Amino acid sequence: MTERENILGRIREALKTPAPRPGGHAGQDHDSLTASSPARTAAVHAREWLPPVPETAEGQLALFAAHSADLKTDFRTLPDADAFASALRDLAAQLGWKRVASHNGDLTFRATEGLDLPILRVDAGYDVNEMEDCDAGVTECDALVAQTGSVVLTSRSAGGRALSVLPPHHVVLARLSQLVRDLPAAFALLQAKYSYDYPSFMTFITGPSRTGDIERILVLGAHGPKKLTILCADH
Amino acid sequence: MSEILKLFKAQASKVAGDLRHRSLIQTALGKYETQRDRRKAAFQSWEEARQVAAETKWEAMRSLDEHLVSFVNKLEARGTRVHWASNGVQARDIILGVIRAKKARCVIKSKAMTAEEIHLNEAMEKEGYEVVESDLGEFIVQLRKEAPYHIVFPAMHLTRDEISDLFHRELGSAQTSDPEELTMIARRALRKKYIAADIGITGANFAIAETGMISITENEGNARLTAALPKTMITLLGIEKVLPRMADLALFLPMLATAGAGQPITCYNSLYGGPRRPGEPDGPEEYHVVLLDNRRTELLADAEQRDALHCIRCGACLNVCPIYRNVGGHTYGTTYSGPIGSVITPHLRGLQDWKHLSAASSLCGACTETCPVKINLHHHLLHNRRNAAAQNPNWIEKTAFRVFGTVMNSLALYRVVRAAARCLQPLHGLVKGGPFDPARAWTKTRELAPVAPKTFREQWKERA
Repeated sequence: MTERENILGRIREALKTPAPRPGGHAGQDHDSLTASSPARTAAVHAREWLPPVPETAEGQLALFAAHSADLKTDFRTLPDADAFASALRDLAAQLGWKRVASHNGDLTFRATEGLDLPILRVDAGYDVNEMEDCDAGVTECDALVAQTGSVVLTSRSAGGRALSVLPPHHVVLARLSQLVRDLPAAFALLQAKYSYDYPSFMTFITGPSRTGDIERILVLGAHGPKKLTILCADH
Repeated sequence: MSEILKLFKAQASKVAGDLRHRSLIQTALGKYETQRDRRKAAFQSWEEARQVAAETKWEAMRSLDEHLVSFVNKLEARGTRVHWASNGVQARDIILGVIRAKKARCVIKSKAMTAEEIHLNEAMEKEGYEVVESDLGEFIVQLRKEAPYHIVFPAMHLTRDEISDLFHRELGSAQTSDPEELTMIARRALRKKYIAADIGITGANFAIAETGMISITENEGNARLTAALPKTMITLLGIEKVLPRMADLALFLPMLATAGAGQPITCYNSLYGGPRRPGEPDGPEEYHVVLLDNRRTELLADAEQRDALHCIRCGACLNVCPIYRNVGGHTYGTTYSGPIGSVITPHLRGLQDWKHLSAASSLCGACTETCPVKINLHHHLLHNRRNAAAQNPNWIEKTAFRVFGTVMNSLALYRVVRAAARCLQPLHGLVKGGPFDPARAWTKTRELAPVAPKTFREQWKERA
């Protein structure tokens, strides 16, 4: 027998004795997990227990901005997608970037083209040491989450796994229409967009990298980016 | 008394009297409590969320076999190699086999309690591989050649000055008392390691049955780098990590962050579903997932305590536990410390050797109350005590309770004992706290209450 069969066999043997449902009383309700039971619909109803989110789009944007301020994310709204290029140029000048890494997305390509800097394009593979030398990684994303101030991105939408974590500054280019209200909506979006063939990596990024491992004192930029900038364009 | 118990008692009295330790832990956990309470209050209903989280894990355990099969099939369909390990030896052999086959030199690791559980680092180092822990706290305790102090905050027991001394000694860095500068020293040291490493090893917080993905929660970005740069990635996880659906994370991610660190959500919550896909610019060429049993199925077979497998390793029960706060994380001598460690260690390592942990409890129930997945922790400590006594009865205790029962059930005997106690108690002072004192366990550090000169009945009669 293989270990797989051994382990599955032990599990099946163990599960012959049912365990009482949590919060219930022993001997009652052992096997009444019906379609309407809370656990089965937890994902749908999580909205009722999670931190509240305003119904209006303006309210959601304001909440995202407030979370960003708490998290020390630099969140800026821009009038339109044409403004990405000038916003990036300003950042590059202000922070003295010498080299930037990015991927070929609709937004990123146009915005980084205007930078008067060498650009490391990652799409067809790249040298890790070169990316390590870059001052910033510029990516797109799949969604922004108002409830938590998170950016959702995947290896397909944002140039792989390292671009958004290796350079010391991560810049996200997003459209206002990508703002979703809460975590259930973000997972629904990932499911709708990718369930036919998921990317190998999907992540929720909430603020710049941080640690509290030394005396529980907050320090930004533990291993990932010290800075997270989100540029969000209205249509 | 067993060696393990002796060591536990000696360490416990030492740490409980250490004022420096006390003030460090109280500062760290004081900050945690304030933030946790603020985050809990932000939920529309934390209590309902707990109930649903508990039911979701219950549902996951209830068909664990089916969930695991689905998880594994989905992973394999995308080119992941899945391995099953019944115990630590098998898991270590599988991982060492992968490292050998890849002719690797350097391994970078992100935090994984399962790796601590099977002593993976020692095994890899013994074979001559360089192993680097990348989580800042784990990196610190690795440099000190110590086990993690806490399952979420591994270096909580150290001051910045101790860490500065350590970095100065081990890394040759300049002394500093600035936590930010210390973090940057580690960042610089580890950057090179990520790039040089051939193998990245991670743990997992959740295994999503529906989509065949593992979910990793972290603040620093070290796990993301570990999963992005090395050519080979290995994930080691316990079979109990399963969640039925991806959307369950909408509840579990904020609950884990709130209970674990008082954060609304952790900085990075990442899902990994396999090696690099065609068209993706990076990621490992090979992805191995190692599923570890290591006596979890024995705990699963105990229906009464099965919910201990619901644990999401948030560490909340450690943080609120008066025992943990007084004796400290290392005193337990276990991989998993605090209330959850006291509950599961007897199952993972043997009841008789580890039953004392279930007795080291005030049974205040703070752990059960704080647990985000409602594990019945303090009752399980009682269950362990009962099971240990049934398996290996203590005849002195049994006789003592039989005598006590007989006396308490007979008014005449009770009166005789009461009278004797009144006469004899003044003589107790002669032996009190010493080696001949029968009540020494109590009187060593406490006073024994005096027997009342008159009973309630006697006083009632006098005043009538």
